[in-house]
Amino acid sequence: MNRREFLAATGAASVSVLWSAQAARAATTGYGNVLVLVELQGGNDGLNTVIPFADPAYYALRPQLAIAREQVLALDAATGLHPALQPLLALWQAGELAIVQGVGYPDANLSHFRSIEIWDTASRSNEYLQDGWLARSFKASPAPREYAADGVVVGGGAMGPFAGGARAVAITNTEQFLRQARLAQPAAATTGGGALAHILKVEREVAQAAAGLSVGHAFSTVFPAGAFGNSVRTAAQVIAAQPGVAAVKIGLGSFDTHRGQLVTHARLLQELAGGLVALKAALMELQRWDSALVMTYSEFGRRAAQNSSGGTDHGTAAAHFAMGGRVRGGLYGQPPELNRLDRNGNLAYAVDFRDLYSTVLGVWWGVSAEQALGGRFQPVGFVRA
Amino acid sequence: MTAEVRSGKWRRALAVVLCGLVTLPALARPLGYDDARHLLNRTGFAANTPEINEFAQLTREAAVARLLRWTDQAPVVPAPEWTQAPYELPLRPALMSDVERQEYQRRLISQGRDLKAWWMAEMLITPSPLTEKMVLFWHNHFTSSLRKVRMPLLMYRQHMTLRRHALGNFRELLQAMARDPAMLIYLDGAASRKGQPNENFARELMELFTLGEGRYGEQDVKEAARAFTGWSIDRDSGEFLFRPLLHDDGVKTVLGVSGLHEGAAVLGILLERPETAEFIVAKLWREFVSTEPDMREVRRIASVFRTSSYDIRAALRELLTADAFYAPRNRGNLVKSPVDLVVGTLRQFRMAVADPLPYVLTVGRLGQDLFAPPNVKGWPGGDSWINATTLLSRRQFLENVFRGSEPEPAMRVVAMTGNRPNDLQFDDAAWFRQFDGKAVDDWQRVVFATRPVAAVAGRDAAALRMAVQDPAYQLK
Repeated sequence: MNRREFLAATGAASVSVLWSAQAARAATTGYGNVLVLVELQGGNDGLNTVIPFADPAYYALRPQLAIAREQVLALDAATGLHPALQPLLALWQAGELAIVQGVGYPDANLSHFRSIEIWDTASRSNEYLQDGWLARSFKASPAPREYAADGVVVGGGAMGPFAGGARAVAITNTEQFLRQARLAQPAAATTGGGALAHILKVEREVAQAAAGLSVGHAFSTVFPAGAFGNSVRTAAQVIAAQPGVAAVKIGLGSFDTHRGQLVTHARLLQELAGGLVALKAALMELQRWDSALVMTYSEFGRRAAQNSSGGTDHGTAAAHFAMGGRVRGGLYGQPPELNRLDRNGNLAYAVDFRDLYSTVLGVWWGVSAEQALGGRFQPVGFVRA
Repeated sequence: MTAEVRSGKWRRALAVVLCGLVTLPALARPLGYDDARHLLNRTGFAANTPEINEFAQLTREAAVARLLRWTDQAPVVPAPEWTQAPYELPLRPALMSDVERQEYQRRLISQGRDLKAWWMAEMLITPSPLTEKMVLFWHNHFTSSLRKVRMPLLMYRQHMTLRRHALGNFRELLQAMARDPAMLIYLDGAASRKGQPNENFARELMELFTLGEGRYGEQDVKEAARAFTGWSIDRDSGEFLFRPLLHDDGVKTVLGVSGLHEGAAVLGILLERPETAEFIVAKLWREFVSTEPDMREVRRIASVFRTSSYDIRAALRELLTADAFYAPRNRGNLVKSPVDLVVGTLRQFRMAVADPLPYVLTVGRLGQDLFAPPNVKGWPGGDSWINATTLLSRRQFLENVFRGSEPEPAMRVVAMTGNRPNDLQFDDAAWFRQFDGKAVDDWQRVVFATRPVAAVAGRDAAALRMAVQDPAYQLK
């Protein structure tokens, strides 16, 4: 019996128990497992994030930008982290941090907007899809109706993977959202598309999310100051609500470091690491760390060689992080092959980004990945059952 | 008012349109009230009754010609004084003391605020709203942001360049923007040099400013980047400066054309391509007509645009006289931008604004921070203006405006700047007087581009408060 048959056979009653944290811990798959996506907006420089410090080519390509060998936080004999990611070492040592190297896709597009669209819709490079990959998946395998929403985007901005069909809302701040939600009118459903239908859909989602979310939980976790820390705090509050949501997206940026990269990148990575560590602490408090999967993504990595402005131009493959109480820590994928760059000076990819999505859909949630991703992709083995 | 009366009103309006189609060719008969309202609201900010009545008498051609003739005016609000001061080289933080650095930062922040408030003030009182609409359109096309450029003076100069060409010639506008110092900073052109060109500007030039994504190759980006090396900024004046020593003077091949191209030649190659005119016209279509361009019409208008040698008025004239612009399916089908909503509301209801700054913050909170678009692609616009957060903030703004209290951020501004709070006054009796002698719900024809979701009854401030909370008020 696969999961869908299981759901069909046992009905909604079995779904409802999945919300409780207790049951979520017991269940190995299903929407009781929450997904937290962290978008590194602008194209994060993978090579200075997860550093191939034993490769002389790295230092040759980046005379000013390379992180000195003695500053790299070595994970093994060849691979290490940017020093600003120091807070993540504890996760690494606990075996809860997976690093997938060389994530990308064939025929990489170097436009910010097109490439993030490819990531958001899980399309092929030459294929144009309307809906986000999570929206497609929720359409095929709906989250329980009682959930406040399928997903919540924290910090405003694009709906990204939720765009299209998903029941998703964007929230900057939970308290403010609930205070203002009284102005939303539970409007009648309208038929047809268009701008008015869009507004009415947003209104209905606001009303339902407001009914399902609360600010009840008082965290003892101290969240870092700043926009990303606030996003992490809001994400934790969304996850604390019962019944909650299946997925949350937060974002940090801009990683588009065409010039003066060293300072900007270090600051962003520091914010990232501080936020992720706080997120773990908050999820531990909620007893949700074992039923949470946190994953980073970005439209592309950056060019292997530095440019003349102390920065890097748009590139292709990059390393990404996955963390959680049931993540099997370690290195996955392939280290960057700096001697095998393409004619634009970019890295070859080793792991298709849709392999990561297939891990989320097939392994973490136990829903059909093939349908939502439009093909068969190989899950990466970082989730423990 | 009953639903019957209301539907009767909409049916009457439709009947008038249908009769017109039968009796006279669309171009020869007067626009009539609803077409005039549509034309003025799409090209401006919430037109009022006298303007609509005036345009209602004109034929389509005459109305559009008049609209385009009106757009010559220079700004009516004087620019902040510091915009006339000479350029100062940006100071290096490392060479400053803590006090100096703080002082310098404070100055930049305060100038940035001045700049935004100045433009907001201009939009609130301009006699030529289409000029502002087009400046905003180009600001969202040739994007630059204060957040990266940092120097408000350069953003002001860029703004004035956009203003100069807003309804002029796209060829000249493109050439001017490629040399614009704020743009050279925003897309890293100023730091690009022979041997190690920075690709940022060359890529966005093709993807976002001219051809559109997928209509060029990676090699074209690399070659074009070489052509723009040496396009730089004069350290003394802050003006464009070509530095021959940093320029790559070798042969480049861009879109199959080889030569010793310098930047200007690359722009020429891009302007030769029909895709460029189509890309710009499709974007104008999304701004003024609908989010789904009719590609056949776009190609027709694009060819007029190209043969006019990129006269922006020629493109607008075709677009605004096209049948599609007036088609029923293209009424009330666009979401108002934050600027449309805020400026339109304040203008429509003749609210005196003592200080424009709170409204700068309001449009920012609604997702349209002037002089600071989110990234080089600009504000995505369309339906994406509205999500859970911004919809609620829009409601909050409208509630506050009609409550007679100042918008929420005003208090913060007072604390920051010492400016006195806004004394927004809405005189509902005076406003409704323009509808004396008309049907009780006639005022709704001014307020709504499409019928409200929930019936609004009455003719007083309470009815108006209810009307602006209706989802239909978010549409134009």
